[in-house]
Amino acid sequence: MTPQNQTDIIRRSAAAQAAALTAGEVSSEELTRAHLDRIAAVDGDLNAFLHVNTDEALAAAREVDTRRSAGEELHALAGVPIAVKDIVVTEGQPTTAGSKMLEGWIPPYDATLVNALRKAGLPILGKTNMDEFAMGSSTETSAYGPTRNPWDRDRIPGGSGGGSAAAVGAYEAPLAIGTDTGGSIRQPGAVTGTVGVKPTYGSVSRYGLIAMASSLDQAGPVTRTVEDSALLHELIAGHDPHDSTSLTDPVGPFAAAARSKDVKGLRVGVIEELEGEGFAPEVRARFTESLEQLERAGAEIVRVSCPNFRYALGAYYLIMPSEASSNLAKFDGMRFGLRVVPEDHPTAENVMKATRGAGFGDEVKRRILLGTYALSAGYFDAYYGSAQKVRTLVQRDFAAAFEQVDVLASPTAPTVAFRLGEQVDDPTAMYMNDIATIPANLAGVPGISLPSGLAEDGLPAGIQFLAPVRADERLYRVGGALEALLEDSWGGPLLAKAPELTGGAN
Amino acid sequence: MSTAPDIELVDYDEAISRFDPVLGIEVHVELGTATKMFDGAPNIFAAEPNTAITPTSLGLPGALPVVNHRAVEYAIKIGLALNCSIAETCRFSRKQYFYPDLTKNFQTSQYDEPIAYEGWVDIELEDGEIIRVEIERAHMEEDAGKNTHVGGSTGRIHGATHSQVDYNRAGVPLVEIVTKPIPNTKGRAPEVAAAYVRTLRDIFRALDVSEAKMERGNVRADINVSLRENPEAVLGTRTETKNVNSFRSIERTVRYEISRQAGVLDAGQKVIQETRHFHEDTGGTSSGRPKSDAEDYRYFPEPDLVPVAPSREWVEEIRTSLPELPAARRRRLLGDWGFSDLEMRDVLNADALDLIEASVAAGASAQSARKWWMGELARIAKDRDLDLADLAITPAQVAELQGLVDGRKINDKIAKQVLTKVLDGQGDPAAIVEADGLAVVSDDSVLTGAVDQAIADNPDVVAKIRSGKVQAIGALIGPIMKATRGQADAGRVREIIMEKLGVS
Repeated sequence: MTPQNQTDIIRRSAAAQAAALTAGEVSSEELTRAHLDRIAAVDGDLNAFLHVNTDEALAAAREVDTRRSAGEELHALAGVPIAVKDIVVTEGQPTTAGSKMLEGWIPPYDATLVNALRKAGLPILGKTNMDEFAMGSSTETSAYGPTRNPWDRDRIPGGSGGGSAAAVGAYEAPLAIGTDTGGSIRQPGAVTGTVGVKPTYGSVSRYGLIAMASSLDQAGPVTRTVEDSALLHELIAGHDPHDSTSLTDPVGPFAAAARSKDVKGLRVGVIEELEGEGFAPEVRARFTESLEQLERAGAEIVRVSCPNFRYALGAYYLIMPSEASSNLAKFDGMRFGLRVVPEDHPTAENVMKATRGAGFGDEVKRRILLGTYALSAGYFDAYYGSAQKVRTLVQRDFAAAFEQVDVLASPTAPTVAFRLGEQVDDPTAMYMNDIATIPANLAGVPGISLPSGLAEDGLPAGIQFLAPVRADERLYRVGGALEALLEDSWGGPLLAKAPELTGGAN
Repeated sequence: MSTAPDIELVDYDEAISRFDPVLGIEVHVELGTATKMFDGAPNIFAAEPNTAITPTSLGLPGALPVVNHRAVEYAIKIGLALNCSIAETCRFSRKQYFYPDLTKNFQTSQYDEPIAYEGWVDIELEDGEIIRVEIERAHMEEDAGKNTHVGGSTGRIHGATHSQVDYNRAGVPLVEIVTKPIPNTKGRAPEVAAAYVRTLRDIFRALDVSEAKMERGNVRADINVSLRENPEAVLGTRTETKNVNSFRSIERTVRYEISRQAGVLDAGQKVIQETRHFHEDTGGTSSGRPKSDAEDYRYFPEPDLVPVAPSREWVEEIRTSLPELPAARRRRLLGDWGFSDLEMRDVLNADALDLIEASVAAGASAQSARKWWMGELARIAKDRDLDLADLAITPAQVAELQGLVDGRKINDKIAKQVLTKVLDGQGDPAAIVEADGLAVVSDDSVLTGAVDQAIADNPDVVAKIRSGKVQAIGALIGPIMKATRGQADAGRVREIIMEKLGVS
């Protein structure tokens, strides 16, 4: 392939790349190599990848090419490469969750969703950077250095899944896997001008996701188009007997919903509590314009109130650290990963202490402390117990709102991407980035973020839609329609407006 | 923190005369499911270390638990057999503490929502007295791995240079059964404690939910003991002696704790609420860790598992399929077999009920089966320090042996020789009798010669018999038996002698 052909193909959507593969226009090996070349060219500037898996990805690509030339029936996305967030375990490939604690650990098994990717023939390009154990909103807490925003390398790419969003936004990968505990798929999507979906809790198996907060974690697609997210969601969703919280519902149809572009009569609820104070003016303006587009296309815009959402952030910062403090107890230097042996009196207890002291970063330690405190005897009812009550109230707010509307809408994040280092020493300011995304995790409802336009400093902003549990299909319907309307008004994808990256290849 | 060493034990009977003991017992039983509580790793005993594991039972990052349906069924069976209510819905919780044998540094267990609660079980003491023990709850949980300390002299952690952990046992399903306080046992507290655990052990076996071998740790008991001045007083401070694993040790633990706590109270001190350990060699207990500043386990509901909600139909299905329980079975067999109460208790204490029942099923009479198992075989088992069930003889072989005696193929004395050969692995009784030529000699041509010889050799005895002292006939039979190496049919020999001497 010529460099120009390479540049051309990697900028297409995953669906378009898949069509090119089917048409024989390009082989999976060529397509995979084009992305690997792009990573080699620009990732020095971005640090989106913690591990690039060149040989295995090319081998997988060649295998798909062989199967295709043998006339085998292949998955729609077969041969399209993908990047996987480093919190998802991959057999034989390093998996660190962005932590020193797991430096050098090679998992002996695949996550269920990775297994699905391999079976469908998607070459795995590598593992993407993230906040340590997914704790952060900027990818700055990664033990392996921050990822930079392809729109402005001095800005954060969001978090925790900044690596996946940046990789997709910078055409290093057409598809990526993210995980979303409080917004880690959607908020990076908003600040990088990409699309991210947090499916209904239980839609995608959690088996093989290194757990932060079990009752909130959910894996989902990170892509450049709504249709691509739908295709990837259909691929990774489905019941898994290894995850007892996994849903048994039939999956989809999501891609068809994304292509329908029909919002006539769709009732869209604007959450009053999530559009005013604290949201940047231009972010709000793009949000309002997006709603106007939908209204012109036949949707009905209604205002709804979810009064208990104001307590959601507080409840989240009790439930999430409580579960995380427990889930991270296994990192003790006994069975896998880092082991630090103190010279003086190296008992098991002292090895555990030294390992955890050295292996965890500050934000992880902060959340372990918070969670341990919240679960302690005498404090449990006041903290964890009260937070669970708020969770129930948030669920009731959603239930009441969805009696009036089909989907809910808000800006995904309060601001555009902030500068690296700007909030890193102010945890509570950092936590506010997730104010709009957290309620969905508390209630288990699905959410999508897609670009709403350029806001402050010419940087992308996102709009979020939320649907009732198990109604993920509605997100693809409204998301696909709005995406088409906005791209018409912009004259093409928003990402086309991003500055060219001048990486090492030039 | 431990009891001061100068505390003097109070004589047991004296302690009982002045204090009222109250028991509380927690029994852990390992379920005999094919796989572990929360993953597909095989639940097997004595495999190579760290081979019966999966990412889940090893607690690897990303791995998740899934509840073993069969383990829930077994837990419900146990709950129903103990007359408990079965929860319509119940959850697992995480019990959190750091220890290398715990792969996730929390144990997945049921905390405030046990699967079974509020039950009772009747236990029978040596003298036939029945005591009802109230059950507080029965809940499901997972076992931990096993630490081995290397380099020390005793296998204990003190002096060890390093430790190894085998996670084969990690995640093995357990049910823990907790009693309410057991009052009014007085001097019989040790016996009650052991009888209770034995009763549960028998129930587990009858339900076929566990092999329930104490010596393998399939069944482990934590024994709580407290003393109070009188039965009306509030409960005293209790100690909990962990992992007592034989019936005899349970009795000794209770006896010792009663004597020790009486000593503490007599010295004007307070009993410390603590964990204690029983020592087989000394018969005493020693302080473990104090419980007064108990660890905070930070229990919270296990978010990786959905609640267990056994349908009422399923519970009723299990209830109707419960096998006959040991108490009912004992009553039935007592009637069928015609044993005395005392004989039956001996049989139970010797763990011979199953063996006798199987022998009877194989054709032996109840009395003859009891005679073998409680007599010769019990003696041999004791000599060899084995359980009856571990002897190398099957109930069918015992029945076959008795059949040979009943058919007069062999006599009792030869039967004991055959028994020894069976135990030595020489084959089935009939085959041994055949191969070794041990059958009774009742061939008159052989016996007549032996009788003639005996009569010729013992004229004075013959004279006595002829003069009417028929009982002297034994003095002739003895040498004949000796001459035939014990194989002569003694009855027939007697008849021939009487014929020859013309007496009747």
